[in-house]
Amino acid sequence: MNIHEFLVPPAVFCQRTGPQDRIVMSSRVRLARNLRKLPFPAWAKKPDRLRLLEAIQPAVESLPQMQPHFSAAMDDLTPFDKQILVERHLISREHAAKGAGSGFVLNREESLCVMINEEDHLRIQSLRPGLQLKACWQAIDELDSTLEAKLDYAFSPELGYLTACPTNLGTGIRVSAMLHLPGLVLAEEITRIINAANKLNFAVRGLYGEGTEALGNVFQVSNQMTLGESEPQIIERISKALNQIIEEEENARAILLEKKPKVVFNHIGRAYGILANAHTISSKETMNLLSLLRLGIDLGMFASLERSQWDEIFLLTQPAHLQKQFTEKLGADERDIHRADMLRDRLRAVPRPLPPKS
Amino acid sequence: MLCNVCKQNEAKVHLTQIIGDKMQKVDLCEECSKEKGVGDPASYSLAELLLGQSLPADEAAPEAAAVPETETKCPTCGYTQADFKKAGRFGCSDCYVTFADGLSTMLKTMHKGLRHTGKVPAALQQAREAVQKLKTLQKRLEKAVAEENFEEAAQLRDEIKRLKDKAPA
Repeated sequence: MNIHEFLVPPAVFCQRTGPQDRIVMSSRVRLARNLRKLPFPAWAKKPDRLRLLEAIQPAVESLPQMQPHFSAAMDDLTPFDKQILVERHLISREHAAKGAGSGFVLNREESLCVMINEEDHLRIQSLRPGLQLKACWQAIDELDSTLEAKLDYAFSPELGYLTACPTNLGTGIRVSAMLHLPGLVLAEEITRIINAANKLNFAVRGLYGEGTEALGNVFQVSNQMTLGESEPQIIERISKALNQIIEEEENARAILLEKKPKVVFNHIGRAYGILANAHTISSKETMNLLSLLRLGIDLGMFASLERSQWDEIFLLTQPAHLQKQFTEKLGADERDIHRADMLRDRLRAVPRPLPPKS
Repeated sequence: MLCNVCKQNEAKVHLTQIIGDKMQKVDLCEECSKEKGVGDPASYSLAELLLGQSLPADEAAPEAAAVPETETKCPTCGYTQADFKKAGRFGCSDCYVTFADGLSTMLKTMHKGLRHTGKVPAALQQAREAVQKLKTLQKRLEKAVAEENFEEAAQLRDEIKRLKDKAPA
């Protein structure tokens, strides 16, 4: 079975809902783990990496939590396959660049996935829609506990789990949530929020993690410190910060609606106008306009458009997901044309936005 | 402002490093910054901190940089300080022992604490608990003997023996 047959179709994938998913698009917890005394992936020579993969992959595949699963070596995946996985947030862009000696194992629900020989020997991830950090942690803790009996983890009683980069040392945990914050961006409050989050030692990044732009007003907030605090403490601390950001976003939206309703309706109306009528549109412009469309849904301005439909459009307009709908290889210009065609088609039955009834 | 290293060109790269409560400023021209590998400020400062030698901002800078380092090499994986300086990452789990000097200075800037207080692999946790239990039993045994409570002492001795037999090594 190839990865495209394994992954649930976008229409099904986007039916998933979770707590606070009006603002929190998804939650994720990842753990970095390594094997004792063996060179970390970046330092390991290719034969070492291949041996490591040979040892780790079957151990992961045998886990009860991973049944059934999709498992592959990164050199068996095409660049297109990898891009699909990146757009689904199942692998990092760094991992997509890996070839022989790296691997990937994903469970049926697409809630647990393991990157083998990314920056560390193992990067285990647990993913859920909406704000579900505790549930993510429970699932990944259990998976990790089963795996530790099969693999010889590098662990020091004093320093905890030993990682390639000392910034991940200790718990090896990164807890993150993907937030849609158009209100804070429109109100020009986002810089203040990012600075406040940074002061609390949380990182704020773009849609695809490290070094990426906050396209579509989507921000990833995650912990940076991994040593000196337990996993539940880290989760507790970031949850508090996330709840505050959610509140700030709701406040920003309420204030905008009260003080500058025409500005908000203008943004949303224009976004709809372009998305529903364009004949060529880039992925970047699409994401930024779709963000406003989503804000319109949240505000009750689109009676016939569900958030799940929006999620599907957002995913299907990403480059690889768009390409997937065509058999012939598309160039960037052709993709922009097909993207616009798809958007016009999807939005044909959606009436123009109306100011919310208050 | 002139470059701290070559003292000829205009400084274009300005680094501020805070170690503990001391702040250091280094100003470099583009060429010297490239030569020093200051492409990625994060890994640069990490490496400097790890090696315990921050760039001196005074006159000693050029000479200090010219002195060849005695290279520590990880016996397990062959990783060197220079490698760490370049990558900001370690070569293997044993590097944390090999390059332990200066490690805590670096970790202090990154983390909340210097000791792991989170999850411990179950096998290790059980071993730890067994050791703890053994210690408690030993203490109770000593007390029982001191109090000439021989019946309890005998029981405790048996329990200690059972525990030791169960967990060899």
